[in-house]
Amino acid sequence: MRYSPEEILEVVNMLTREDLDIRSVTLSINTLFASSHDGRVVLDRLSTLERIMSRFVEAVYLVQEKLGVRIVTKRIAISPVQYLLEPNPREELVVEVGKLLDEMAKGTGVDYVGGFSAYAERGTSRGAQVLLNSLAEVLNSTERISGALNAGSTQSGLNVDAVKQFVSQLFQMSPKASSRTAVIVNSPQDSPFIPSAHHGPGMPNASVNIAVSGPGVIAEAIRRSKPFTFQELYEVVKRAAFKVTRLGELVGRAVSEELGVNMGAVDLSLAPSPTVGDSVAEILETMGISRVGGPGSVAALALLMDAVKKGGSMATNLVGGLSSAFIPVSEDPIMANRVREGYLELSDLLAMSAVCNSGIDMVGVSKRVGHERITALILDVLTMGIVLNKILGVRLIPLEAGPGEEVDLGGLLGKVVVADVKEVEVSQFVRMGGFLPTPIKRLETG
Amino acid sequence: METAVIVVIGVDKPGIVAGISSALAKRNVNIVDISQTVLRGIFAMIMVVDVEKSQVSIGELRRELQQVGKELGVEVLLYHGEVFKYMERV
Repeated sequence: MRYSPEEILEVVNMLTREDLDIRSVTLSINTLFASSHDGRVVLDRLSTLERIMSRFVEAVYLVQEKLGVRIVTKRIAISPVQYLLEPNPREELVVEVGKLLDEMAKGTGVDYVGGFSAYAERGTSRGAQVLLNSLAEVLNSTERISGALNAGSTQSGLNVDAVKQFVSQLFQMSPKASSRTAVIVNSPQDSPFIPSAHHGPGMPNASVNIAVSGPGVIAEAIRRSKPFTFQELYEVVKRAAFKVTRLGELVGRAVSEELGVNMGAVDLSLAPSPTVGDSVAEILETMGISRVGGPGSVAALALLMDAVKKGGSMATNLVGGLSSAFIPVSEDPIMANRVREGYLELSDLLAMSAVCNSGIDMVGVSKRVGHERITALILDVLTMGIVLNKILGVRLIPLEAGPGEEVDLGGLLGKVVVADVKEVEVSQFVRMGGFLPTPIKRLETG
Repeated sequence: METAVIVVIGVDKPGIVAGISSALAKRNVNIVDISQTVLRGIFAMIMVVDVEKSQVSIGELRRELQQVGKELGVEVLLYHGEVFKYMERV
């Protein structure tokens, strides 16, 4: 097959100057074989994953070396630990399982193990309760363990009691531990991203899910083409998103073949990183919104999202995960700057969440705000998710610092800026117990 | 045929093509196509090669070429042909 020098250099530019890489290859594994009434049996059976982890890491290195494409992280997604706990609901077992998997991940070179997760949309099962009670201890005592609480769905409503328990755990977590958990609604079964990654029900025993990272490619494509009309802008984004997703498809297929497991899903999401030039905010600002958070930000993000999805869906049949544009504030240096400068507030992030699938992500909050206002903020995002039938979540970093201050978490997590939460009394609303019934949208499916 | 694409970036000077070509010949890698252009204002040589009969893995070949590049004072990149097929062809 012949390529013109322009085609070759376009790809080389994307892979070198524009930071196109594979954010994650995530091996999703059914781990319910470890289920037992006896905790020792659970741990013994889970320890057999070490061999699989080693083989997986080796396969990812081989593919990286063969293709010449950088793969940033290697992750494992396990069945929600909630289900392992149903026959043996003991908090000590969750902590032991966490430590075992954390050690195995460190020993084999797996960057994260996702799946310390629970589904509790309508109520909290025994296993979900034990997991929720232990979440802070598990995440504080490990480095590579991650998990999410699916507290609601358009099909089942929203479990406000579980959200409150999650907030209570969140306040006991270290900043780094809190970066590995989220509370979400309409959780996807095949996410390659942390903290939503888990091996969901209805999946084959193992599959490979892929996350790409190409904000720099999209921003550069817009900058180069200088579009005059919205249609031209749309076309530029769509074409660039197609190419970015194709790389994900290639790497997914290559790793699947190497491991002999099914290719699962390619998550179309544009995931930023603290590297300069790898920012979703930069794309919006390149479109002409000079400071993200200003008027037009939602429109620009909506256009970006739709064009990315259209381009991405042509590039792979296996669309999955969250497939959105992420707006994790600390991981996106321009977003973080705009929060610090006062252009981007929590209400702006909430409005932007209506057109992407991130929610309020990697935002610092002062512990002085208290449980009730944080719970209410989370409820704002989650109800938006169930009413709009979207995957939305909240990942907050509780800090001792005050609004405007920042804490550096290092690596891909970046600098967390503390956002201002309005000082409004909400306790009467939040103190009510129970769950929010299913929204009327539920009736569209029967 | 299993193709790979080699891109050499740096100041143009005698010996670059010869240096890279002889490293490829040593490993039984055949040059399919060769062209020159300007990338970011700097000289760039693009080679499409066939690695099917290569005596070493593509990773090993990359390391060897990068070593040659270092000696010549140029940057050498090597990607598998599948990357271009997936990204530039529907």
